Amino acid sequence: MKRQTLAALVVLLMGAAGYAALFVAPTERTMGLIQRIFYLHMPSAITAFVAFFIVFVANLLYVFRRERRWDWLGVSAAEVGTAFVTVVLVTGPIWAKPVWGIWWTWDARLTSTFVLWLLYISYLLLRTLIEDPERRALASAVFGVFAFLDVPLVYMSIRWWRTQHPQPVLLGGPGSGLQPTMKLVLLLSFIALVSLMILLVRERYRLETLRAEVDVLRREVETP
Amino acid sequence: MSTVRAAAILAAKELRAELRTRELLATTIVFVLVVVVLFSFTFDPTSAESRRFGPGLLWLAFLFAGSLMLQPCFVKEQQNDTISALRLAPIEPFFIFLGKLAANVFFMFLAELLLLPIFAILSNVPVLGVLWQLLLVFLLGSVGIAGLGTALSAISAHARMRELLLPLLLLPALAPVLIASTEATAGLLAETPEFRQQWLGFLVAFDVVFLTATWLFGEYLLEE
Repeated sequence: MKRQTLAALVVLLMGAAGYAALFVAPTERTMGLIQRIFYLHMPSAITAFVAFFIVFVANLLYVFRRERRWDWLGVSAAEVGTAFVTVVLVTGPIWAKPVWGIWWTWDARLTSTFVLWLLYISYLLLRTLIEDPERRALASAVFGVFAFLDVPLVYMSIRWWRTQHPQPVLLGGPGSGLQPTMKLVLLLSFIALVSLMILLVRERYRLETLRAEVDVLRREVETP
Repeated sequence: MSTVRAAAILAAKELRAELRTRELLATTIVFVLVVVVLFSFTFDPTSAESRRFGPGLLWLAFLFAGSLMLQPCFVKEQQNDTISALRLAPIEPFFIFLGKLAANVFFMFLAELLLLPIFAILSNVPVLGVLWQLLLVFLLGSVGIAGLGTALSAISAHARMRELLLPLLLLPALAPVLIASTEATAGLLAETPEFRQQWLGFLVAFDVVFLTATWLFGEYLLEE
């Protein structure tokens, strides 16, 4: 799909999803208007996971095939995934404050998401600290694989830890008690955000290919 | 040469080198002690509070100390280019890691062993009754910290700011070990000591996952 077509499609979908979230979805009984942020909050979380899975696959492919494009895909998906997790971590407290009266709590889901965010931030930081492109690609690919293997362990340990000391159940599970219209709006939001992710990853990938090209040209100029 | 024997020889070399100067060991032990003391200033715990917060504080101290102690692991091999010698040796890379891992676990465990009575005295928490179980938790936790830490120190050895980078990569990734070890230790130090098997099982699982990952990706970790 051409860049412009995808971009136009994404604008359309995001507009539709935004409109639906604000005006089409029925108002939630207990939480009122602020609940509408849910249509941004939850699909962002799932989209982030999809992005991180792409990072994992790209990392594995780089380690075993050593083609630069997998490194480019890895960093692109990682940056976009981290951006989506940031959205989750920001929209969460905005939603929480009027509803629960607190900005933050160390329940299982929030804590795990925060650690996940930290892991991928360190992945991105690692990349800025290695200059040689090939070494950087391999180092971050291997770290990326280790980080992804760590993610289920993080979630499991935090969930066990939090259920040992029972916390009030704050969210009644993702799809529980969702009215049919709400489910449709949620699905639309999800499709919109995934297309946005795809667009952003593609653009970032393109940026990375251009950077690599500039690097090659600069080296050609610099060597006598 | 048998691969396990090679690992043992490498571990012996690491031990001999360290025991000659003892600088890493000494600084690690003093560092953990300083962290424990400083934490006590901030919390000023009673004996009951020490039972609750002590395990977490202890493991945080071990975690910080470990991530600092593991940083020279591969960097020192760059000095006289002994890393090339290791790469050329007819041993599978995993056994190189195993040798270094064994030495690192030994150093960490030694530091923890020395810290335990000091902690018990400073916080008035009895530990003799559960000594063997505590040491088992210390051992499994140390394998977790050193296991992932040795692998990541190979990655960060190529980067700038590696003193700061290794803790940055390692600490979020070790969140499961922190939780599991703290919970297991807290159970043992409680008023009525309990042996929390599930957490020990989790630590074993964590160790297995990352030892397997090091086995699978060992040669890429060592790559130039």
